[in-house]
Amino acid sequence: MDKQVTFNNRYLPYFLLIPQVLITAIFFFWPAGQAVYQSAYIPDPFGLKSQYVGLENFRFLLNDPYYLASFKTTALFSCLVTAVSVGAALWLAVMADRIIKGATAYRTLLIWPYAVAPAIAGVLWLFMFNPRIGLVSWYLGLLGYDWNHVLNDNEAMGLVVVASAWNRISYNFLFFLAGLQAIPRSVIEAAAIDGAHFWKRFWTIVIPLLSPTTFFLLVVNIVYAFFETFGVIHTITAGGPQQTTTILVYKVYADGFVGQDLGSSAAQSVILLLLVGILTIVQFRFIEKRVHY
Amino acid sequence: MAASGMVIKRGKSSWLSHIGMIIGVIIVCFPIYLAFITSTITPEQVAHPPMPLLPGDQLLHNYQQAFFSGINAPVWKMLVNSLVMAMGIAVGKIMISLLSAFAIVYFRFPLRKTFFWLIFLTLMLPVEVRIVPTYEVIANFGMLNSYSGLILPLVASATATFLFRQFFMTIPNELAEAARVDGASPMRFFWDILLPMSRTNIAALFVILFIYGWNQYLWPLLITTKPEMNTIVMGIKQMFPVGGEVPDWPLIMATSILAMLPPILVVVCMQKLFIKGLVDSEK
Amino acid sequence: MATISLQNVTKAFGKNNVIHGINADVKDGEFIVIVGPSGCGKSTLLRMVAGLEIITDGEICINNKRVNELEPMERDIAMVFQNYALYPHMSVFDNMAYGLKIAKIPKNEILQRVNTAAEILQLQDYLKRKPRELSGGQRQRVAMGRAIVRKPAVFLFDEPLSNLDAKLRVQMRLEIKALQKELGVTSLYVTHDQVEAMTLADRMIVMNAGNADQIGAPLEVYNDPQSTFVAGFIGSPPMNFLNNLFAQNQQLDSSAQQAIDRLLTDLPTEVSATLQQQDNDNLTIGIRPEHLSLCEPPTAHLIGKVKYTEPLGAETLLYIEVQNQQTITLRQAGDIEIPAAGDSCFIRVNTALICLFDSKGKRIQI
Repeated sequence: MDKQVTFNNRYLPYFLLIPQVLITAIFFFWPAGQAVYQSAYIPDPFGLKSQYVGLENFRFLLNDPYYLASFKTTALFSCLVTAVSVGAALWLAVMADRIIKGATAYRTLLIWPYAVAPAIAGVLWLFMFNPRIGLVSWYLGLLGYDWNHVLNDNEAMGLVVVASAWNRISYNFLFFLAGLQAIPRSVIEAAAIDGAHFWKRFWTIVIPLLSPTTFFLLVVNIVYAFFETFGVIHTITAGGPQQTTTILVYKVYADGFVGQDLGSSAAQSVILLLLVGILTIVQFRFIEKRVHY
Repeated sequence: MAASGMVIKRGKSSWLSHIGMIIGVIIVCFPIYLAFITSTITPEQVAHPPMPLLPGDQLLHNYQQAFFSGINAPVWKMLVNSLVMAMGIAVGKIMISLLSAFAIVYFRFPLRKTFFWLIFLTLMLPVEVRIVPTYEVIANFGMLNSYSGLILPLVASATATFLFRQFFMTIPNELAEAARVDGASPMRFFWDILLPMSRTNIAALFVILFIYGWNQYLWPLLITTKPEMNTIVMGIKQMFPVGGEVPDWPLIMATSILAMLPPILVVVCMQKLFIKGLVDSEK
Repeated sequence: MATISLQNVTKAFGKNNVIHGINADVKDGEFIVIVGPSGCGKSTLLRMVAGLEIITDGEICINNKRVNELEPMERDIAMVFQNYALYPHMSVFDNMAYGLKIAKIPKNEILQRVNTAAEILQLQDYLKRKPRELSGGQRQRVAMGRAIVRKPAVFLFDEPLSNLDAKLRVQMRLEIKALQKELGVTSLYVTHDQVEAMTLADRMIVMNAGNADQIGAPLEVYNDPQSTFVAGFIGSPPMNFLNNLFAQNQQLDSSAQQAIDRLLTDLPTEVSATLQQQDNDNLTIGIRPEHLSLCEPPTAHLIGKVKYTEPLGAETLLYIEVQNQQTITLRQAGDIEIPAAGDSCFIRVNTALICLFDSKGKRIQI
């Protein structure tokens, strides 16, 4: 994957790399190193000095029922967000692909959520489902359902999932639409001549040919749900009720900034770093392979 | 693409698709529509559900109030902050990535592989994961409540570098050779040939990074403690009262609409470029 | 105007030697074609002359000046690339002018030089267009124009015609030849197409697996190939090679044996002398398809069976299986009667034009 043609210059490449390497070192590697360092210490109650505790922070975390619960919450949350968002986007893309006239207009309307910040997405959905004044919760009340996500943890989870999935739908839609349009028309026509009806064609030809796109989107959406949904959760539930919507990233923030438990927060950062590292390698390998096609 | 397809795009199924699409669009756009309606009515109308589904007459009043006074800080001030941050992140990232991608693709030098991995290790690591130590670094530099503190940590990621690298790899080798035969120095090749050829990619990436920067939430929330340094996305959360008081929903929604407007305009107006950038580069 | 000399030029990628020491001298104004199959190192050799590849060992001199360490632009060369390598965002004019601008040549001189080149290449009407708005042939001309305006001492061509369709290729071939003669610039031209090499070259370098098997004028190479590789590569269809023709223990019927005996006696004395000296089991006899002809049984040198025929109009190619299951090609004029597949046929060899090769494929000079 390397270029064969190169320029000869002894110092220039280093000069070119300096800005990025400097910024990466100061704002990425240094903090990451700090996280590793701090994860091995517990500050004393007055914050004057720290005591070296080795892996104690990690041992504590892995025995902390709240932390383990947060793992489960994150897994559940990520799977739900990915399933809802990818599923809905696929449905929309398949319909958009069938439309000749006005497809661009639909697309223009469907890409709006991409531009909406997760935090604002949270505010919008919070407003609709506000137990006191929200429009949707009011209509649910008319139907005899008493919506209150502030108290009910299932409803809270449902709301953050829907808001997060909504925020992501445009992205997935665009990828699916591009994937669908890249399927050669002749393949589908050949299947039609073979007598396959729409749904038959969809399951036996379209879905298999879309699988690279789908796999890519699954990975990307899980990463999104893990790390970029902080805004949604912070605005809608703030991790509650009783930490039932506290995903890992939210817990790093809550323990570090709200709870001021720096050692634990640092240890959580390290665990997350490792997690992302693995995901990155998987992703990188995958992207690299695709580019080779 | 849209013109062909007798087999699957015809007759009844096309109407079904239109109906399905319209339902989909209504569901997807409804939250934004509702926010707009709310920004045109009075707080009393919101407080007594169900709220109206058609615009009210408070549009000018609400937006004026939000824009010039707001709750903590006037929206125009926060818009300026968001603009500086988004532009800083987009421009900064594009500049450093172009240079480092150029170095990595077009030169062979000792430690090249090391630098490559150092940079690409950061590929997908969002600032959310390392907030506490990053916050301390910024605090040590005295960069709290400053634009550089808002921008720099978010520039430290390799996504743009990766995309430019991918693009540079697709440029035929012969172009660089022709430039060498023409006597172009490496930097001359960069300016005269590589940059103009990357125009579309740069523009597409700019859209994506602008939105990424504009929509940042956690990071500005942590490092801007003064209201006049708030960005608009985080400023909205600050507009909610802390106690049990009722939030001023029309004002909040007017602010939300103002906060969404720039990125939505960018995405819709530069739709083609943006989709090309998104789909082509991330695949 | 320039001479080029290559002395023991060697190239290695890591431990992998790809060019094993090439020696050649190019006279001023000469058109040299480097020809060989893909992977033989011909492009690498050209790129070493251009300064795009580092020379592992040996020396390249342009005008008697060592250029090994010089940057491409300092070598006073211009290059035409296989895919043209036009800058896609620049107009035709800017593409041609780019090197001149870098060299800080005054504006009006750039204008004048580009216009002159455009006139020669009939590109005057296209100067403001972008490369993507041009046809393949026009792009090819722009790439040539970019080389011409520099007024270099040496032109380097790296398979410049391989992206064109067959008809255009023939036309551009003639144009390149005429242009080079008109400008009189020393040229190195790389191609895998032996027809291109034959028609363009003053002299050609036939390369095989990193070695220059033969250097010489096209007809000299064709008529007097120095190895089986050259004999097989230059000429279409290639030269026929026959092994073990005169082996003692063959089970031949009487007429075939008579034919072989006739061939032996008809061979030039030097050839039969060599055959007797050498262990003739390991010798290869080479004969061009046009030096074979069909004849009456009493005068035949070889007897075989027609496998299939290819009537091409002006000429007909006959593929004939002779003894030891060896297939040879015979070329005859198009107006001669064509035998049917499966027919027995009798072949006469123009024995004066036979080539002998040793067991390593090297020509045995007689």
